[in-house]
Amino acid sequence: MTTAIHPATAAGPVTHGPTPIRMPRHLLSAADLNRSTAEHVLSTAERIEQAIAGREVRKLPTLRGRTVVNLFFEDSTRTRISFELAAKRLSADVITFSAKGSSVSKGESLKDTAWTLQAMGADAVVCRHSSSGAPHQLSAWVDGHVINAGDGTHEHPTQALLDAYTLRRHLGSLDGRRIVVVGDVLHSRVARSNVLLLSTLGAEVTLVAPPTLLPVGVDAWPVTVSYDLDAALAGADAVMMLRVQRERMSGAFFPTAREYSRSYGLDERRRALIAPHGIVLHPGPMNRGMEITPQVADGAGSVIVEQVANGVTVRMAVLYLLLSGEMSGGLA
Amino acid sequence: MTAVLIRGGAPYGEAPLDLLLDGGVIVATGGEATADERSVDAEIVDATGLVVLPGLVDLHTHLREPGREDAETVETGSAAAALGGYTAVFAMPNTDPTADTAGVVEQVYRLGRDVGLVDVFPIGAVTVGRKGERLAELAAMANSAARVRVFSDDGDCVSDALLMRRALEYVKAFGGVIAQHAQEPRLTQGAQMHEGEVSARLGLTGWPAVAEEAIIARDCLLTDHVGSRLHVCHLSTAGSVDVLAAAKVRGTAVTAEVTPHHLLLTDERAVGYDPVFKVNPPLRTAADVTALRQALADGVIDIVATDHAPHASQDKETEWDNASPGMLGLQTALSVVIETMLLPGLLDWRGVARVMSEAPARIGGLVEHGRPVAAGEPANLVLIDPTARWTVSGASLASLSANTPFEGMELPGRVVATYLRGRRTVSAGALAGV
Repeated sequence: MTTAIHPATAAGPVTHGPTPIRMPRHLLSAADLNRSTAEHVLSTAERIEQAIAGREVRKLPTLRGRTVVNLFFEDSTRTRISFELAAKRLSADVITFSAKGSSVSKGESLKDTAWTLQAMGADAVVCRHSSSGAPHQLSAWVDGHVINAGDGTHEHPTQALLDAYTLRRHLGSLDGRRIVVVGDVLHSRVARSNVLLLSTLGAEVTLVAPPTLLPVGVDAWPVTVSYDLDAALAGADAVMMLRVQRERMSGAFFPTAREYSRSYGLDERRRALIAPHGIVLHPGPMNRGMEITPQVADGAGSVIVEQVANGVTVRMAVLYLLLSGEMSGGLA
Repeated sequence: MTAVLIRGGAPYGEAPLDLLLDGGVIVATGGEATADERSVDAEIVDATGLVVLPGLVDLHTHLREPGREDAETVETGSAAAALGGYTAVFAMPNTDPTADTAGVVEQVYRLGRDVGLVDVFPIGAVTVGRKGERLAELAAMANSAARVRVFSDDGDCVSDALLMRRALEYVKAFGGVIAQHAQEPRLTQGAQMHEGEVSARLGLTGWPAVAEEAIIARDCLLTDHVGSRLHVCHLSTAGSVDVLAAAKVRGTAVTAEVTPHHLLLTDERAVGYDPVFKVNPPLRTAADVTALRQALADGVIDIVATDHAPHASQDKETEWDNASPGMLGLQTALSVVIETMLLPGLLDWRGVARVMSEAPARIGGLVEHGRPVAAGEPANLVLIDPTARWTVSGASLASLSANTPFEGMELPGRVVATYLRGRRTVSAGALAGV
């Protein structure tokens, strides 16, 4: 896959070490991060985790006086709470807009909402939207930094960052690591962002899905595609299961949930095929019994709960790095 | 109205030939024009260096009236057409109310006459409300003052095979043609852009080429079976070209159009999610663009039609999947054809006249448009400065809407003057006081 070059990636200089790392202005796609910026985000998250670990009050003063707006046009409790917590732990003022009950449900356009935020002086806007590209459009209408918190079937870059963070904690460097991503790739923003980020970090990604749930054009992605889960899992360093919505049956993507589970679900027999040090990831929310059995979700090597915790840390790093280009405070 | 003597213009970009217009007709050419006594008092127009073509004919325009007068009206759309070098446009029926009765088509026809900048020929809907359920009163529209001969549910496909068969059969009684918007609806549910590498990357639901190609193939076979006439709207894929070429070899009475935007732009434009590039059928790949240009040069595709589709800003400045599909085209079509066909040598000026005037007039059943630049012919003419270059700006176009996909592009060729039945609608590149 050729990396999408987003026009709105004018960089703010952040110097750490001998080579200046140039963070993008917005985080709209995992493709906005090259290897050095991605590794910088992950190592910053590690430092944040260390900085907080020794504290009685788990809070850093870094974004004091900054306003972070969570703009959620689509329900997502876990991502919204994760961003909220991340911003609060950096001492930012946090406002959460959800589409339900707001002016958005009264027909206000995305552009008018953007202008409202602009008038209120948001330093960062965390945007979740059911339409692919909405955060991208938003970035053209506001001065603040825009972070894509999941847009339609496009991308979810901070999910990929937290997955990479989790993988690195267990596997060390991702160079040459074999990571199998299984499920509804066609509709998955998590898959798109992970394919980009994990391959940027040197991992070998294998996608496994029924052919109906792979996009036409997947040939251009930097991945191996397989329809045989057992074969793909053999010796893999990690397996990432994607949520599969039962409603997809109505689009004739697969005949029944049972058939899907049989062919592409992760049960204990399949879990045993991956490498002994291998781990199991799932971005949540899970359909237990559909793409993953409860025994595997809760069993050995499952890092699903840890992913949630890491999400807060990684989002703190993203907020800090995007906003720190304009500020002096460090990670103390 | 005094006579007009156009001096030094080059019909079809060939040898300069003076033209004397009087009474709505080209009354004399060359030496006979200057020798004619009517030239004594005639208004002299210096057309030195300009190319003269028959007035352009657009078989596919959305004028939005009645119903969406905030996006375009017959008046503003007519102005855009005249400025683009057109003397006749066919107005698509997806208005509100739908142009599916004699009453509505006559209303649009009369609005066009009242404005008087171009001849407006309404296209009638094939089915009631364009819902694809039952035939509209096609004969009533054919027999109305608007004399409708082209029928289309454009914006939607007549996807029901039986209904399409019946429509093709029925219009034979009055020499009509069905202009099909070829889009298999089940294959394009929720479709946002061309299905391929770019849609996969952007996470936008794909509009597969086969959804167009399958309908064209089916309709060509139906057309053969019932011995009728089919026109394919906005053909957009290389595969459709193959299907069409095969049908033409077989002798099917099928014609097809390509839009200027499909001749120039590709699906890469969707990167950035600016809905100004959202259109139906969607922008395709570079390989499709190449195939479309070649097919137009070879005559497999018969004409260029604009699919001029104005949209109010609130319908475009929104999320990609909520945005209305469509692009402005009337004032940029000729320049895009010069850029993509004439300058690369795929068409000469005769060819441009064929695909933008003569053939669309013939398909639409017009006898007073798309005629040769010759004595005795209707004085529907466009004068073009072939060397001029201009930069497109949506805000400067005559349309009420500004959704041009060519914003900021520098394009070749400029319409200097347009004549509708000898009367100047555009002069010095601006609307003439009429």
